[in-house]
Amino acid sequence: MITAKNLKLTGYRRPDGRYGIRNHVVILPVDDISNTAAEGVASLIKGTMALPHAYGRLQFGEDLELTFRTLAGIGCNANIAAAVVIGIEPKWTERIIKEIRKTGKPVAGFSIERNGDLKTIEAASRKAKEFVQYATELQRQPFPVSKLCMSTKCGESDTTTGLSSCPTVGRSFERLLKGGATLLFGETSELTGGEDIVESRCVSSKVKADFRCVFDDYTNLIKSQGVDLLGSQPTEGNIRGGLTTIEEKAMGNIQKIGRCMVKSILGPAVAPKGPGLHFMDSSSAAAEMVTLCAAGGSVVHYFPTGQGNVIGNPVCPVIKLSGNPLTLRTMSEHIDVDVTGILRMEMTLDQAADAALKVLERTVNGRLTAAEALRHDEFVLTKLYRSA
Amino acid sequence: MKHGILLHELQDDVGVAVTDLKKGTTIGAVTLEGKAAGKVKLLSNVPLGHKVALRDLAKDKPVIKYGRPVGKAVQPISRGAHVHTHNVKTLRWSI
Repeated sequence: MITAKNLKLTGYRRPDGRYGIRNHVVILPVDDISNTAAEGVASLIKGTMALPHAYGRLQFGEDLELTFRTLAGIGCNANIAAAVVIGIEPKWTERIIKEIRKTGKPVAGFSIERNGDLKTIEAASRKAKEFVQYATELQRQPFPVSKLCMSTKCGESDTTTGLSSCPTVGRSFERLLKGGATLLFGETSELTGGEDIVESRCVSSKVKADFRCVFDDYTNLIKSQGVDLLGSQPTEGNIRGGLTTIEEKAMGNIQKIGRCMVKSILGPAVAPKGPGLHFMDSSSAAAEMVTLCAAGGSVVHYFPTGQGNVIGNPVCPVIKLSGNPLTLRTMSEHIDVDVTGILRMEMTLDQAADAALKVLERTVNGRLTAAEALRHDEFVLTKLYRSA
Repeated sequence: MKHGILLHELQDDVGVAVTDLKKGTTIGAVTLEGKAAGKVKLLSNVPLGHKVALRDLAKDKPVIKYGRPVGKAVQPISRGAHVHTHNVKTLRWSI
């Protein structure tokens, strides 16, 4: 049996002591209108990656704070060696740089007004070139599971995820937790019908109350809209795969945390304090949720899928697990861990967890996941409400 | 593969077809731990991943899967029937 101790992990040690498993230099736009300049830099300088997104203008209140927290959190992620931040004006650009600078990693900011795109691209490219040359000299070094921060979320679930790929992650998480890993899960809406189970796993009455507060907030939002979520939760894909109700979907979803206890409840894109399993209040939409986890510090992600969600993330490699034989037959290029043997009773959950941990080890050590090789780079910010 | 239906818990009302199942065939059900849960004759075709009733369920009765209610029957469901959105609805979000 593969345990946390058996895993031989290597990664890039960052100045703040965290370990990354990738070594990206990112060009991070503060707002939608700076995407062009960011992409301009990334097309000029080899080894850099732009992270274009749709927001960052005229947001306010909690919604604006979440955008700042997400962008800064992405810059702080240990998979990123250095960051170039580009915004339309200097003030908000500086807010993001200030947070990233706390990690000690190289970061520089540029703003477009009073320069124009072309001069901004030139200046930012000179800095990006310097950062790439710095990053490419960094070496991998061994690190223990206790320095690993990872996340999980399932997608395009069906009845096979609840039977196979989700409990495989649960079993793997139990072993990683014993090794002192920092683990994240979330998907507030998809706990509906199993929220009592998560509540019962909270380590203290304070954590339990925090969870109840987050869950009730979400439930009240649905009630206030006066809608039936069938078709959205479960999704049409879930229904096609045999899932009938949200409760059934939630029970499958919750298998991902195995028998682990929940140490704290985090707001979206908030980094956990210390090891253990943490719940992050988050949407269940795949690209949004993985982006929030990456902003919270996750460097690798377990993604069980039934019907075949193809999501990836540019910063946090996404490992796909599936136990659905039809999915493996029709879209195997997207799947990293095949656990179809569980449905045939040819593979136990412990054997499936061994397979999942083996792929985790290889992914950490540099092997590209299916989603990475297929260029699935979905970077999607969560928007809480309309802009001013 | 001797079984065609997989259950989470022995007491579950429904099991999952692990392959496309044909109407009229009699097929074995087992739990994830490998405990036999009897055989059932299919009243309709049931595609891979969809659920089969393992016992008769009265209208308005909760449907048990994972050992707990995951919805309620909105019409009487016979043993061997395909169980899905046409005959089971959520117990939540009743607005």
